[in-house]
Amino acid sequence: MEQPIIEIAHVSYRYEKENVLEDINLTINSGDFLGIVGPNGSGKSTLLKLILNLLKVQKGSVKLFGQEISRFKDWQNIGFVSQKANSFNTGFPATVFEVVSSGLTKKLGLFKFMGKADQAKVMRAIESVGMHEYAGRNIGELSGGQQQRVFIARALVSDPKLLILDEPTVGVDVKNVQSFYEMLDDLNKELGITLLLVTHDIGTISDKVTHVACLNKNLHFHGNTAEFESLNKNEMSEIYGHDVHVLTHNHDHHHHHHHDKGADR
Amino acid sequence: MISGILQYEFLQNAFLTGMIIGIIAPLLGVFIVVRRLSLIADALSHVTLAGIAASLLLEKKFIGLSGLNPLYMGMAFSVAGSLFIEKLRAVYKHYQELAIPIILSGGIGLGVIFISLADGFNTDLFSYLFGSVSAVSRLDLWTILIISVLVIALVVLLYKELFLLSFDEEHAKASGIAAKSVHFIFIVMVALVIAASMRIVGILLVSSLMTLPVAASIRIAKGFKQTIFLSMLFGEISVLGGLTISYYIDLAPGGTIVMIAVLILIATILLKKLAGIRSA
Repeated sequence: MEQPIIEIAHVSYRYEKENVLEDINLTINSGDFLGIVGPNGSGKSTLLKLILNLLKVQKGSVKLFGQEISRFKDWQNIGFVSQKANSFNTGFPATVFEVVSSGLTKKLGLFKFMGKADQAKVMRAIESVGMHEYAGRNIGELSGGQQQRVFIARALVSDPKLLILDEPTVGVDVKNVQSFYEMLDDLNKELGITLLLVTHDIGTISDKVTHVACLNKNLHFHGNTAEFESLNKNEMSEIYGHDVHVLTHNHDHHHHHHHDKGADR
Repeated sequence: MISGILQYEFLQNAFLTGMIIGIIAPLLGVFIVVRRLSLIADALSHVTLAGIAASLLLEKKFIGLSGLNPLYMGMAFSVAGSLFIEKLRAVYKHYQELAIPIILSGGIGLGVIFISLADGFNTDLFSYLFGSVSAVSRLDLWTILIISVLVIALVVLLYKELFLLSFDEEHAKASGIAAKSVHFIFIVMVALVIAASMRIVGILLVSSLMTLPVAASIRIAKGFKQTIFLSMLFGEISVLGGLTISYYIDLAPGGTIVMIAVLILIATILLKKLAGIRSA
């Protein structure tokens, strides 16, 4: 039976006076590959922060692995690759192996050292993202897409059941995006990892994931990919059109920027 | 010189202390440089100066305090300075680098007042500013040895956490490691090592022993562990070479040590250039 990994019920969130999320209901089951899409300022980042407990739930409830988030302790079951991962200090003198090893820091605990088994685990994580040839290279020598794979390996090394990716293809060159999604597909199907991917890029995602959720303050659509593709133009613009309109008007830009900042806080 | 070291206690003190700080200053320096905190070392060294000056002033005004080792007061000031920097960084969340000039100028200001109050010192303040081969006492050596054992043990034990904190502070915090405590321990260690190193390289040049060897090794090293190892190697060469030259031609060791570190840095940059040309 499918097990719910994330259960979001009647969640609303506001920054000062502005509502960023309104009455969101969303369930992610074990084995899903869910893409959450939405334009800038749609509340994606806020929703992610609520799931990661970086923001406190104001209204509604968030459950992780069946447990109320305020009481949830097993954070090692959740791997997170942030959008910021590809804006790190590229001059940092660390090898791919060292970076991926750092994903074990919490799991090993204070004053513990890596053993042979841990090192093998690190190598397996590096292999699962197809970077084994680069294990001894400095992270700064790699391309954006390769670095993103390394960060995914770092998240994978502690054996998470759920992997959350925030805009993972930003900074990945177009020709590598395809193989990047193939790798995610392998992680999902072969390793059985539940994936939650957040992106503003609605075009590329629909044929890669198993489920889609469209977010724009409210949750406009949540279903599997086939249902999503059968949505007609009107329904799509209902979800997307309004905000695109706002973006193209200069006098609204300032306002929009504010909104964006709020959501990305 | 070997016979000199065997013969004179002051030379033993200077060289043994030099060997120790040649290792621990670059060791912490690696973390300081990759975290872009290089200027903190400068700020703390100037606070240390205020502590030294305060100690020398007390010594002069109160005969009963003549046994006071200025190193201790320097350390106390340095640690206090590091705590102030952390406080200020929290106050100026959006201008965190402001904490450094505030503490740095505060340190010098206080130091200058103490020095003027004492009407100049008969003790050679010069040796504190630029280092000395002859001024290191046995007690200094023991104090510095204890500090370095502590620092090395902590860096080894907290290596994973320090690495994660340096590479990705946000991830470190999000992953639930005790990032705040680790950072606190780190900054106190830096303060102690700065105070410990000043006997040899002098207050004005302490930070360079923490940054120059790292700047050189970062150019050529593969990975973080190798960066640490090469930094300590370059630091050690600089200190021992600098002390030797300073002993023979009677120069302040701060200058000779730093200049050797600069030469090593230039050599690594050239080496990297050459390697780049050859492979192209």
